[in-house]
Amino acid sequence: MAEAGRHPNIRVLANTDIETVEGEAGNFTVTVTRRPRYVNEDLCVGCRTCSTYCPQTLPNVFDENLSAAKAIDILCTQSIPAVAAVNREACLYFQNKCTICLGVCKAKAIDFSQKRKKGVMHVGAIIVSPGYEVFDAKIAGAYGYGRLKNVMNSLEFERVLSASGPSKGEVLRRSDGKIPSKIAWLQCVGSRDARVGHSYCSGICCTYAIKQMILVKHHYPSIEVSIFHNDIRSFGKGFEDFYNRARQMQGARFIRKRISSIKENKRNNNLIVTYTSDGCHTIEEEEFDMAVLSVGMSPSKANGALAGILGLELNHHGFCHTDSFSPGEIAGRPGIFAAATFTGPMDIPDSISSASGAGAAAAQLLSSRRGTLTLPKAYPIARFIEGEEPRIGVFVCHCGTNIAGVADVSSLLAHASALKDVVHCEDQVVSCASDSLQKITKAIKEKRLNRVVISACSPKDHEEAFREALRESGLNPYLLDIANIREQCTWVHYGSKDEANQKAKEIISMSVARARNLCPIEDIKLPINKNGLVIGGGLAGMKAALSLARQGFKVYLVEKNEELGGQLAMLHYTLDGMPVKPFLKNLIAEIKSNNNIEVFRGYELKSFAGYVGNFKSTLAGVNNAKAASVELEHGIVIVATGGQLLKPAEYRYGESQKVVTQQELEQMIASNSLPGDLKQVAIIQCVGARNEKRKYCSRICCGEALKNALKIKELNENTDVVVFYRDLRAYGFREDYYLQARDKGVLFIQYEPENKPEIDLQRESLSLSFYDSILNMKGELNPDLLILSTPIIPEGNQELSQLLRVSLTGDGFFMEAHMKLRPLDTATDGIFLCGMAHYPKYIPETINQADGAALRAATILSQNSITASGAVCWIAEDKCISCGACISVCRYGAIEFCETPHGKKAGINPVLCKGDGLCNSTCPTGAISLRHFVDEGITAQIDSAFEA
Amino acid sequence: MKDGAGSPVGAVLVVGGGISGVQASLDLASSGFKVYLVEKAPMIGGKMAQLDKTFPTLDCSL
Ligand SMILES: Cc1cc2nc3c(=O)[nH]c(=O)nc-3n(C[C@H](O)[C@H](O)[C@H](O)COP(=O)(O)OP(=O)(O)OC[C@H]3O[C@@H](n4cnc5c(N)ncnc54)[C@H](O)[C@@H]3O)c2cc1C
Ligand code: SF4
Ligand code: SF4
Repeated sequence: MAEAGRHPNIRVLANTDIETVEGEAGNFTVTVTRRPRYVNEDLCVGCRTCSTYCPQTLPNVFDENLSAAKAIDILCTQSIPAVAAVNREACLYFQNKCTICLGVCKAKAIDFSQKRKKGVMHVGAIIVSPGYEVFDAKIAGAYGYGRLKNVMNSLEFERVLSASGPSKGEVLRRSDGKIPSKIAWLQCVGSRDARVGHSYCSGICCTYAIKQMILVKHHYPSIEVSIFHNDIRSFGKGFEDFYNRARQMQGARFIRKRISSIKENKRNNNLIVTYTSDGCHTIEEEEFDMAVLSVGMSPSKANGALAGILGLELNHHGFCHTDSFSPGEIAGRPGIFAAATFTGPMDIPDSISSASGAGAAAAQLLSSRRGTLTLPKAYPIARFIEGEEPRIGVFVCHCGTNIAGVADVSSLLAHASALKDVVHCEDQVVSCASDSLQKITKAIKEKRLNRVVISACSPKDHEEAFREALRESGLNPYLLDIANIREQCTWVHYGSKDEANQKAKEIISMSVARARNLCPIEDIKLPINKNGLVIGGGLAGMKAALSLARQGFKVYLVEKNEELGGQLAMLHYTLDGMPVKPFLKNLIAEIKSNNNIEVFRGYELKSFAGYVGNFKSTLAGVNNAKAASVELEHGIVIVATGGQLLKPAEYRYGESQKVVTQQELEQMIASNSLPGDLKQVAIIQCVGARNEKRKYCSRICCGEALKNALKIKELNENTDVVVFYRDLRAYGFREDYYLQARDKGVLFIQYEPENKPEIDLQRESLSLSFYDSILNMKGELNPDLLILSTPIIPEGNQELSQLLRVSLTGDGFFMEAHMKLRPLDTATDGIFLCGMAHYPKYIPETINQADGAALRAATILSQNSITASGAVCWIAEDKCISCGACISVCRYGAIEFCETPHGKKAGINPVLCKGDGLCNSTCPTGAISLRHFVDEGITAQIDSAFEA
Repeated sequence: MKDGAGSPVGAVLVVGGGISGVQASLDLASSGFKVYLVEKAPMIGGKMAQLDKTFPTLDCSL
């Protein structure tokens, strides 16, 4: 987030409305109005002195009105831009009653003469990402939201849980400020409910409610947490684990019931929730002391006006209309692309993929103009510090209450300022926020600091942002050390504050001792090969290759089969009724006719070496004998190897003609070989998924089942269709088809994994006995056809993961760099990921990821050189005895023997070296040292630890 | 884009500065395009900035 505020090529226009859009793809003229914030953004330093003195309070909308803000304020500590804004309606200046802030602002930043300003911009493309609103729970009146004090919506509860929120992370009842002992979550509030106008499923609330339950339990083990739900739709990557984890918590209850109303117990403001017991129609009640309404995603009320300005169409749910085969494109509006929750409910990782995907479409359109309006980021020339005495600055972060709630920050400051060579100490509420980073830059310049210690979180979190702050001040970025007093101290010792405080002091001392010995290091600049390699020729691979090619890069597309298409070739139609075959045919034709794409069918990756910007691969024919191997050089890799459908080992599959998979059924339907006189068809969900062996939910099989159930009904409405499911995960607009299927008479029967439907092996005909766990009763069926919904499983990922040195998840899918924020990157720079190699997903989700991965790759391919860290190992050639010990321990293949005038000596490729120091500790003669972890620094650090 | 309409402009407008708008802006700006990120609120970040820790990793949201 902070990066966007700092990026030289991004102009952030906050407080701004779009007025008109004219022109066409490639050339739009956009007029905007900037509403006055009555504060000059360039002058305000974000000190909040104005808000301290402002007499006028109002509810803080950032805290969902649970805390107070001032009429001039910065509503959250991490705000970008980190400058104050005046709320015109509340401000007393406009009632001629007050001018206090004008007097107290030292920066003279407050300017009440500001007027609305019109602006005109010329752009080639537009990305529309206005997001969503949370459902207004007052509409679902029976739950008492807005009337009953201890009923909150889930977004308010997010603020309550937040360390920087209204109660500093403490969960307190609004009625009496006490910690509750029993909290209930109510699912599907404002979703899956046609009565409130939202028939779709919001897709996020099941998993965020589980998250909130886990967080509450983590903080208050004794609070009882109960969730009243319909299906639990935790369908995303890693979500099922998350769900299982929550189920195993002591004092956590999952109750499959829909609450009909909430009333208040007037004596104690407790909440009495009412629900009907299924099966028998008795009404049950239970008392809780707090309730959280899991409100769904609503389309923004302003969508209509925005759609009018941009000339686009909304769907019947009020979100932007897109289709399965072009999820970011808007029919009839070339050059305008829709992203993320504007197109339908989705979570953060999917929003990110979709945003990158929409970005790719814009980049394709404008590829000929790349680089014409941008500037490289300029830094001041790095200061020469050799010969200077150390001048160390120590910055101590509160991290909300993460650190300050356990350690006493003022005592840490006092401790640090007494340490040798420390000339500046400062505490910061959140050091990684952009205003704090600016303060670090400023202090370095003003105090001529030449070493910096940040005592905050793990370097894994924000080291790069802090290094950037050094660069911007003209200090070499390696003159920084991070004292991790959060993960390694306050998080783990929150139970013993005094000891934690002492330990934090010692960590800071050690860090200062190391900082004193830090030396500047120069990074390494390397040229970039501008070709891309895409592995896998299914939907994801083809889409990624096309996008890269259209963005102007040469692409090698490798497919191990003789034909392109992957799993897509097995599909005939989508849930929203689009025919797949013509789409696939068209896609393959586009690949073949694109001069930037070279396709290798029947090939696979045999060897792989190099580093970002400079990879070398060898491809070999799958049927080895005939094909000659191919050597390729490329700057990036996109892994798009997809997955396979599991062939089930249950329910007599393979033995009986009457038992088939969803895919085989679809084949039968498409080839007209489905018997027309089927009396009854049974479908079983989660066959081989969500079990001990394969824990994950395969995400797409519920939709596939709905699609085929509807198709069977379409062919013969008299065929009975019965679906046995655990949770019917028809998330998003797929819920429409679930409702349609119910309308058409498809019967849905819920089962629990302990009580799976059983097939009778004795008889020739199919006999299926089952236990309906909602109605609590047994039953038996004799279907003519049994269809098994089996999951997508990873295939061949193990070998590829070893070749590319990219890890897999426990489930065997490729692992992204960050589950939430970097879904399309891998931990290896220059290797990207999309489609079902990442996780099972539907066609539009795959397309978003494929386009998105192509744009992520283009952020590298569009550069002329790449910077590799200089914090690597180096070898003192005269000490090397050529034993090769280092070569055998290096996991990155970064060391090789080189010929030198003194014979064969170990030499390090600084680009491959990750500086982890394995070689350095192995070398028998001590010939290897790590540039950023020199012995002097480490010894000083250890000495300091023992001094204490 | 059609001939005669002048050459396209190497800049992109992003409407909405939630996590999605920010991601699109960063990717485009880092691959050679000028970006105008228009946000109606006084700050960018959207809903994600308001969330505490996020699933499934449970790390802080910014
Ligand atoms: C209670 C709750 C908990 C959640 N927890 C999680 C979680 O743990 N993990 C997870 O992955 N997801 C979670 N989510 C979902 C997550 O919030 C969304 O997936 C994500 O924030 C969507 O981002 P966005 O950019 O699409 O939309 P938004 O965050 O809504 O951003 C849109 C931005 O556009 C601006 N805007 C709107 N219209 C205009 C306009 N006309 N002009 C200019 N600017 C405009 C808005 O002011 C806003 O800043 C949760 C959601 C809720 C409600
Ligand atoms: S089923 Fe869908 S709408 Fe209901 S709570 Fe779960 S994710 Fe939200
Ligand atoms: S059938 Fe598939 S998508 Fe549905 S819950 Fe089971 S594994 Fe998940």
